[in-house]
Amino acid sequence: MDQQTLIYLVVGASFALYLGIAVWARAGTTGEFYTAGGGVPPVTNGMATAADWMSAASFISMAGLIAFVGYDNSTYLMGWTGGYVLLAMLLAPYLRKFGKFTVPDFIGDRFYSQTARLVGVVCLVVISVTYVIGQMTGVGVTFARFLQVSTTTGLFIGSAVVFAYAVLGGMKGITYTQVAQYCVLITAYTIPAIFISLQLTGNPLPPLGLFSDTVQEGVPILQRLDQVVTDLGFGAYTAHRDSTLNMVLFTMSLMIGTAGLPHVIIRFFTVPKVSDARWSAGWALVFIALLYLTAPAVGAMARLNLINTVWPGGAGAPNGALVYEQRPDWMRTWETTGLLRFEDRNNDGRIQYYNDRNPAFADQARQQGWQGNELTVNADILVLANPEIANLPGWVIALVAAGGLAAALSTAAGLLLAISSAISHDLIKGALKPDISERGELLAARISMAAAIALATWLGLNPPGFAAQTVALAFGLAAATIFPVLMMGIFSKRINNSGAVAGMLAGLLFTTIYIFVYKGWFFIPGTNQFPDTAAYWVFGISPTSVGTIGALLNFGVAYAVSRVTQAPPAEIQRMVESIRIPRGAGAAVEH
Amino acid sequence: MSENSASASDYWKANLRLVRNCLIIWFLASFGFGILLRPLLSGIRIGGTDVGFWFAQQGSILIFLALIFYYAWRMNRIDRRFGVEEN
Repeated sequence: MDQQTLIYLVVGASFALYLGIAVWARAGTTGEFYTAGGGVPPVTNGMATAADWMSAASFISMAGLIAFVGYDNSTYLMGWTGGYVLLAMLLAPYLRKFGKFTVPDFIGDRFYSQTARLVGVVCLVVISVTYVIGQMTGVGVTFARFLQVSTTTGLFIGSAVVFAYAVLGGMKGITYTQVAQYCVLITAYTIPAIFISLQLTGNPLPPLGLFSDTVQEGVPILQRLDQVVTDLGFGAYTAHRDSTLNMVLFTMSLMIGTAGLPHVIIRFFTVPKVSDARWSAGWALVFIALLYLTAPAVGAMARLNLINTVWPGGAGAPNGALVYEQRPDWMRTWETTGLLRFEDRNNDGRIQYYNDRNPAFADQARQQGWQGNELTVNADILVLANPEIANLPGWVIALVAAGGLAAALSTAAGLLLAISSAISHDLIKGALKPDISERGELLAARISMAAAIALATWLGLNPPGFAAQTVALAFGLAAATIFPVLMMGIFSKRINNSGAVAGMLAGLLFTTIYIFVYKGWFFIPGTNQFPDTAAYWVFGISPTSVGTIGALLNFGVAYAVSRVTQAPPAEIQRMVESIRIPRGAGAAVEH
Repeated sequence: MSENSASASDYWKANLRLVRNCLIIWFLASFGFGILLRPLLSGIRIGGTDVGFWFAQQGSILIFLALIFYYAWRMNRIDRRFGVEEN
């Protein structure tokens, strides 16, 4: 059986499984649509949260970003796991005790203000749409490769699939499909990693393999990698090169953004008890950590394999570069997507892959007769191409395709659910038309899903970055808006309606403007004021890191405004006291 | 009522203390050993690199995991001690 047929089979089978579960568990009432009736046990919920959470950014994009940068991109690893500590300790149990369906519900009730609730809805929609753009990038890349089409066509096919899939089931469908998706994606991620770790280090566990010696040279793999990348003029893999301030702010932004993501928080409304919400966060991180402990190994090993492939005669050696006509098949297939490009600048028929932006290396390159780097590899293809680079069997390649799609689909569906519930439940039912029927609410939910996906697809045609970078922007927005207001709502009785609204608006405006100035207004390409490079960033703070500053601003403004305005009424203060205590938590309830 | 609210505030203080301690470790494991203190620890070698790299790419995640389970376990015990667990 040829590779393409195998991919169709495996991807087709996995889709049939998810759709089957979605149809089987079709949501009946609105309560089930949003929270699966409040009856999902912690381990199941943790697994579904992990699938919801680990998107195209984690699966497809992250290891690639680590591979091409090295240590500095450890920020993604720490940031996207450390947030669960904050979630478990600062938010999840209290929000579960509060016992409503959505994040704007909490904001509206705690800050006794329809305005606060609506600002919450706006923040949520901005965060989720940005996040979906990142997912669509990943979906586009995956479909482009496996259907052998351009990324644009891949994107359109992908958005049609995501739409069909998300509209069919609500949360209940999604919870159980997501358990299935988790299983598919984690298998797809770890199996090639195990093979590659065995090939390179002889150790079957990738996280241990990363710190082991290579079979061939008998030196630690990271030392070997540092060596070959420096031979090609890149900075050492394990070296710290990014600004420390930016790295700290970026990690923090990803962490607090994780804890402020509406589609993740919503999952903690679905566990039966407050104590379960605490365990649930732990279980979610267990399932997430399986991938996150594998990812750095995948990144380092893929980079090494890539260099070994492109430099069969030794990295940087004279005539060591690969002859273009002898390139392996995976390069040919990726060339058709436009995500891997070769340009023979010195017309010697060989692929010289090196760092041509390193002035210290320029002399050496000139002596060798190289006239610039000739191979461009999009970071988002690395995980998908990884099993092919390592010559793994066809079924592993097919499995990775299915896993990448599972990751992107599950998150996109969770986000679309968060968007649709914010619009139909919080905006329409909560504010505009309180007497709307259940049928009407479900219809509104589905229409808003369709609108969100159309917008994300359109913006996804020219994404503001690699999948993981776009997603990081969404985290910055969540960090600057939702997290501070939720945390203050629980840990302070003094923060009032005006403080919360002012804080959210300050965080949202500051962060979006800072991002748009560098990334283009509303992410429309070409509308940015400044190039998105370190030289133009204020204090070297990148748009992806600025969420931390936005969060500080949010905290500061909310505190200051609350101090000079009236304290919250007594019943609100009692409510805060009550959510701090687990006793008396019922199932999530309607208003 | 006054006795109740005294125990409620003690419960809250116990919670905050536990959260504070856990977050100190959380900060040390990631921002501390993984980023800011990495140069200081560069003498400690592990698998061809220094221990700061290990914290940034692996150690921090393992510590986060341990922290959440420790917190959930301790907190559920504190709930019972103050008699505020769910029935």
